[in-house]
Amino acid sequence: MSDAVIKCESVYKIFGENAEKMLQEANGNVDAKTFQENGCIVGVNNASFEVAKGEMLVVMGLSGSGKSTLLRCISRLTDATGGKIFIEGQDLLELNNKELIDLRRNKMGMVFQSFALLPHKTVVENIAFPLQIKGINTDDSISKAMDMVKLVGLDGRENYFPRELSGGQQQRVGIARSLAVEPDIWFLDEPFSALDPLIRKEMQDEFLRLQDKLQKTIMFITHDFDEALKLADRIAIMKDGIIEQLDTPAKIVLNPATEYVRKFTEEVPREKVLLIEDVMDQSTSDNLGDLRVSKDEIIENVAEKILTQEKTAGVIDSNNKIIGSINPTKIINTVFGGRKNGN
Amino acid sequence: MEFLKKNPKIFQWLFLLIVFFALCFAIEVPETYKFIRGQAEFIKDPNQSTFVFAGKEVRYYAFDVFWRLPPLLGWLPIWINDSLFFLMNDWMPMEFWNEDTQEFKTRPLLLQISRNLTGFMTFIIELIREILLGGLETIVAFTSWDFIDANPWAELPGLPWTIVAAGATILSYKLSGKGLAIFAGLTMVYISIFGQWKPSMQTLSFILVAAPLSFIFGLGLGISAFKSKRVEKALYPILLVMQTMPQYAVLVPALVLFGVGDHAAVIITMIVAIPPMILLTLLGLRAIPPEVIEAGRMSGCNNWQLMFKVLIPTARRDILIGVNQVIMVCFSMAVISAFIGAKGLGFNLLLALNQLNIGLALEAGLCISLIAILLDKMSLAWANKQTDYFGNLSFFERNKNTIFFIGAFVIGIILAYIGTFLFKGTFNYLFEIPHNKGISTADFWNKGVDWIFDTFFVYIKAFNTWLIQEVLQPMRALYLRMPAVATIVLVVGAGYLIGGIRSALVVCGLTLFIALSPWWDRALVTTYMATFGVIISCLIGFTVGTLCFQSKSAAKFMLGVCDIFQTFPSFVYLIPVMMLFGITDTSVLIAVIVYATIPATRYTIEGLRSVPVGLHEAATMSGVNKFQRLTKIEFPLAFPHMMLGLNQTIVFALFMVIIGAFIGTEDLGQYILKALSDKNGAGIGLTLGICVAFIGLIFDNLIRTWVGKRKKHLGIA
Repeated sequence: MSDAVIKCESVYKIFGENAEKMLQEANGNVDAKTFQENGCIVGVNNASFEVAKGEMLVVMGLSGSGKSTLLRCISRLTDATGGKIFIEGQDLLELNNKELIDLRRNKMGMVFQSFALLPHKTVVENIAFPLQIKGINTDDSISKAMDMVKLVGLDGRENYFPRELSGGQQQRVGIARSLAVEPDIWFLDEPFSALDPLIRKEMQDEFLRLQDKLQKTIMFITHDFDEALKLADRIAIMKDGIIEQLDTPAKIVLNPATEYVRKFTEEVPREKVLLIEDVMDQSTSDNLGDLRVSKDEIIENVAEKILTQEKTAGVIDSNNKIIGSINPTKIINTVFGGRKNGN
Repeated sequence: MEFLKKNPKIFQWLFLLIVFFALCFAIEVPETYKFIRGQAEFIKDPNQSTFVFAGKEVRYYAFDVFWRLPPLLGWLPIWINDSLFFLMNDWMPMEFWNEDTQEFKTRPLLLQISRNLTGFMTFIIELIREILLGGLETIVAFTSWDFIDANPWAELPGLPWTIVAAGATILSYKLSGKGLAIFAGLTMVYISIFGQWKPSMQTLSFILVAAPLSFIFGLGLGISAFKSKRVEKALYPILLVMQTMPQYAVLVPALVLFGVGDHAAVIITMIVAIPPMILLTLLGLRAIPPEVIEAGRMSGCNNWQLMFKVLIPTARRDILIGVNQVIMVCFSMAVISAFIGAKGLGFNLLLALNQLNIGLALEAGLCISLIAILLDKMSLAWANKQTDYFGNLSFFERNKNTIFFIGAFVIGIILAYIGTFLFKGTFNYLFEIPHNKGISTADFWNKGVDWIFDTFFVYIKAFNTWLIQEVLQPMRALYLRMPAVATIVLVVGAGYLIGGIRSALVVCGLTLFIALSPWWDRALVTTYMATFGVIISCLIGFTVGTLCFQSKSAAKFMLGVCDIFQTFPSFVYLIPVMMLFGITDTSVLIAVIVYATIPATRYTIEGLRSVPVGLHEAATMSGVNKFQRLTKIEFPLAFPHMMLGLNQTIVFALFMVIIGAFIGTEDLGQYILKALSDKNGAGIGLTLGICVAFIGLIFDNLIRTWVGKRKKHLGIA
């Protein structure tokens, strides 16, 4: 893919004193156990992937799986031990300090799990902070920040201090701050993990709304598989620093690559994840009913319609051309049968 | 026995105590032993033994080594002294251009550096002082005395007190609002009306130089220690010793290096005030959550921006405590440095105390305390100040404070001008109320003291006699009765039981230094006074703290009181006790108790507060009553923090005991005071200071180690 905004080629991050030397000796074959015996901890192990423009890649993994470390390598908050990282074709690890700062000031934004707001600044000052760092004068930065305040729905609270806000509100400030410089690349490190479930759902919806409008290139870290399914264009599942599988939500649910991934998918309500396209028959038999469903619909939304028909429904693409078919049995099998068969 | 088996620690401690007492009884007091002569005096006496180390002869009274160790470190003060003099007078002579004589002169490098430094300090202090009070020195510095002679008008006129008072009020209003403004105004008016204007402004000019410099250097060193492990490792031992080093002790070497006067005082103040600033800066920077730093980096901060726009503001709580400490130390030193010729309130305070004029001392002390509180609150308000971006203010509203100040300035000058007509022939009260020409309540206080003394003389005397005869003397005798070896065994044993071999070695080293110095007996007296003060302070502090903790508002009030008391310069505490108890050990001890109770109370409240709410509720649901909750839940959990309070209490007590030498005690402090007026006192003063610091560090090490272990055990590290 030539339009990849983020591109990683066998990225390693190993903590410890002799990390670099050991990595060279390992010759691309890093075993976490032998490293640990020598006092090194493997954070990221041979990660290669690309993120296209406007795409949202969700990195999912339990704590200690290296997902946050991976993100910090790509934002170069830590330096990767080995491998190459390209941001819009630029070799990130080759940048000098000034170029890196330039890149962050103009192209990157990041949201943190613990919000990481500056306690001595008000909401609007926090949001204006990256702008002021860039050298934009006070009036302009404040008025731009006020736009951001409105965007995340915090109008009226611009003069509050972070400590006076609820968690959800604080994270809205964090989001607004990361968006203030209008970055192309947006990093989110477990942004909703510290919030309670209701607020989390609300923030996820809000986030989807924003992304719909802004179309940023996103790397989103989470430990919540449901959250990953809900938001992602593609999901990367990490374990012990290794990316176990990187694919679209549907494909991960339908074809888990490893036992570890399969465990996550077991309890997933398929009808909420899979699209008609994922389960339809490619053959277009002749005795189709009158019902036509789009291939991009989520099963849940159209299941009732299909199930009340006796005949097979036709599946159409965006040009209204029939590309496949789906019958009620298939729906029932997908929703209820799949789990026991492992598919 | 069952009990001992279950608690091996108790058995170990019992064993240690038994060994200690056995040693005490086994080692007899030598017949020739007399306290008052001490171990080594630098007077010649045929009964003395001598030894020679590196060309220095040390004389001392030899006793059985189990009873008192010979002062093998006796050469250290002499050696320090000689080195200092060598460095100052003979080391690296170089040619320097002399402005006055217009020729090159040979001078030792260090002397030249010291003279340049002091010259620079003197210039800034004089500049601020003359802006406030008027004078010639600043203009002379730029021109020459000939120029002044030729142009008699060339003189900084000084500001009328009305303008300074108005300025302080307006600034306070701008920073914080009405409350502080009223306080500032009243303080300034009080100072002026009571005729303390000149000394107050002298003190203020000293502090306006010392405090910002200490702040900047402390912050800078704190930052570099945060950034580099090596700097931190190099600084750490110095910081540790400086924390427990009595302020007196620094005076003496500084006297040699920088001479006498305000400039030397500023430098000493910086030496004392910078360490706590460094520590608190470091503490604050360490506590910043890593994500905040990352957020700063991702916002595109360069290193400079990250430090000054993200890190320091985020750590500002601790840094502000540092500022508070700096101001506190500065005012404390403003008094103490009067010993080496700093002018101002401190000098007046010492003079008044020396003359036993309690009323005058009280007035000067009150002035110092008021200015201290004012500056403390102003710096706090300045750091917390907010900007308002949205108020669409008119020119007048935006600049109203400046306009008011200009107005006040003009009015002040007009008033001063009118004053020249009004008070013809006498002093212009609208310009400056001269010292001793204001209202003075000194007589009232003195009479009050006399009255109290006359009325309650019998009771005070009785109490005094009882305390000294029944409590203090026996306690002192007990301490002095301890053979050196027994003491070392006790301390090292405690170190081993608490912190293992490492702690034991550290404590052993510290104790040996004191034991081998010529002042072991004096150190015992210092320890006895500090112990007595600490015990009483802790009893009061823990009780008051626990009682206040029962109600939220009482706790808040008490912490506020502690804050204010802490702002008072330590010398001020001597005033009221001298009023009541005159010049006795009792006075010193009561001052120690009052001063040291502050941290005891504060840490008790804070410790109890830090008990998690969840545990509180869990306890309540288990059906405990208030008393059970306190003894079973809150005390055990708050105890480690309270022990840190004990640590502070010990440091405070030691400080006050040493300052108490001014009243007249016979401990290490008295020797430090003696060293001040001794030409060769630098080495003695410094060594004595280190001794006191080590006493503090022994307890510090034991307590900190214990607290660390205990906190880990309780899982609240």
